[in-house]
Amino acid sequence: MPAPPLLARPVDHRRRRIDRLAEMAIAASALITVTGIVLIFVFVFREALPVLFDRETQLEANLAKFFSPGSWQPVSDVPKYSLLPLLIGSLKATLIAVLTAVPVAVLAALYTAEFAPRAIRELLKPVVELLAGIPSVVLGFFALIVLATGVQAVTGSPTRLNAFNAGLALGFSIIPVVYSVSEDALRAVPSSYREASLALGASAWQTAFRVTLPAAWAGIFAAVMLGLGRAVGETMIVLMASGNAAITSWSAFDSIRTMSATIAAELAEVVVGSPHYSTLFFIGSLLFAITFVLNVAAGLMVERMRRRLAGA
Amino acid sequence: MHVARRWAAILFVLVVPFVAGCGGRDRAQSISIKGSDTMVILGQKWSDEYMKAHPGAVVAITGGGSGTGIAQLINGTTDIAQSSRPMKDAEKQKAQEQGGGAVEEHAVARDGVTVYVHAANPVATISMEQLKGVYTGTITSWKDLGGPDRPIIVYSRENNSGTYVFFKEHVLGGADFVERAQTLPGTAAVVNAVTQDVNGIGYGGIAYSGGIKRLGILGVDGTPVDPTEETIRSGAYPLSRPLYWYVSAKAPPAAHALLAWVLSPEGQAHVTEVGYFPIR
Repeated sequence: MPAPPLLARPVDHRRRRIDRLAEMAIAASALITVTGIVLIFVFVFREALPVLFDRETQLEANLAKFFSPGSWQPVSDVPKYSLLPLLIGSLKATLIAVLTAVPVAVLAALYTAEFAPRAIRELLKPVVELLAGIPSVVLGFFALIVLATGVQAVTGSPTRLNAFNAGLALGFSIIPVVYSVSEDALRAVPSSYREASLALGASAWQTAFRVTLPAAWAGIFAAVMLGLGRAVGETMIVLMASGNAAITSWSAFDSIRTMSATIAAELAEVVVGSPHYSTLFFIGSLLFAITFVLNVAAGLMVERMRRRLAGA
Repeated sequence: MHVARRWAAILFVLVVPFVAGCGGRDRAQSISIKGSDTMVILGQKWSDEYMKAHPGAVVAITGGGSGTGIAQLINGTTDIAQSSRPMKDAEKQKAQEQGGGAVEEHAVARDGVTVYVHAANPVATISMEQLKGVYTGTITSWKDLGGPDRPIIVYSRENNSGTYVFFKEHVLGGADFVERAQTLPGTAAVVNAVTQDVNGIGYGGIAYSGGIKRLGILGVDGTPVDPTEETIRSGAYPLSRPLYWYVSAKAPPAAHALLAWVLSPEGQAHVTEVGYFPIR
């Protein structure tokens, strides 16, 4: 009769079962996340389909109308469905947000990563990241009541709620993500780069601006992409601070109506299945596509930077 | 075999929360009211008083705009829709088709759409023709209305608003609002914007106009008519209008009891308290 195995079998068995259960739970979590995203996209896109394929809907709303100049007046005897004023509105708000937030966020990241003493660095990063925790409705409210009055006093713009005001408030909301990702990118630059630069006689400033910053550019670019994605989709701030007038104009001091705010303001009221309803879902699909592309671009950039630095 | 069992387990984890989430909802006694932002304060007053007088009744009231309330009535997700515009025939038919049954229409109060301007604005009256000009974009300076040479900043409502639709039909004659018009969510937001903007003009229900300057409307004979109880109840004020309740035939008896109370002298007495006027 062979001797029994040294380890008792039952224990081994149970542990393996627990392992397998844990593995399944984790797989299920991953699956839920992915199916959730896929289902959301499928649903949103399906509701937008009549605009592309249904004859009756197309009489009122179709791609040609969406992208030709005109106005956005969906509730009217003759509904007008040009998306250009909305696209321009979103673009203007996003551009202003990025132009104001990115320099501040990147320079702050550079300071934190390169110059700040350790104590300050350890305080600064969590505090800036806390800014991300401010609910956007609070930022929007602030922009509506306080910021708008200040902006009007400084710029003398006739319209109180305009693209510039909304863009500034949006900038606040994207500073944390741009700062945080940029800082990570700068910190990921190997210290051998800095040491080499300093050893060749460059000053700390020259090292930071001419060596570290260029080495981290892909990561910073990714940070900007992520910020762009957040700004394009942000809804509450623009709904409250932009005036919501669909004007085709490139002036920063006219009111704007963004794609996201249009969906938020109008979706509750439309009759399900109407051309207006499908059009709003089409706008949603468009927003989804834009943020998807931006996020993928950001991901690719981060990957590229990681590989380059690893190869160096 | 092994793979199949694993997938079954994953499926189980996915499905359980959904099953657990269903059932257990009890709305026997509660009445839901949705719709007009103009009428939220009125509905709130009514539901408060009604719940005080009838312990056990639960009335949940929300705004969102007349169009929102009507859409929800059509979709069967509210018992009563408040609306500051009459329901269209197409909408009534749609409600019937969607299984909500016939819809009863009741005028429950009277309102006068009031035109607001900043307190420092010297202009005191406006004609219907001028008002149309301002909101369609042909008049762009206060100079044309007898004021200073400053641009008119036009405030309007979102297109789910009954007041928006009323204004579009009765003032603009169906024409589109000027693109520059800033659309704000709710009459309170319009009032707030106009109080902060010397060059602003806005419109909304009379109950929101406490503490803000109202414009008189010039009648056809050239005499200005101010929005007052008399002119609004007599219909002499050009922008006076009824406010409606739409009750689904399938609404619970409690909703019909509430409606009867609202139309009773007791219910109508509360209308004046919020700033609107009784229907009869």
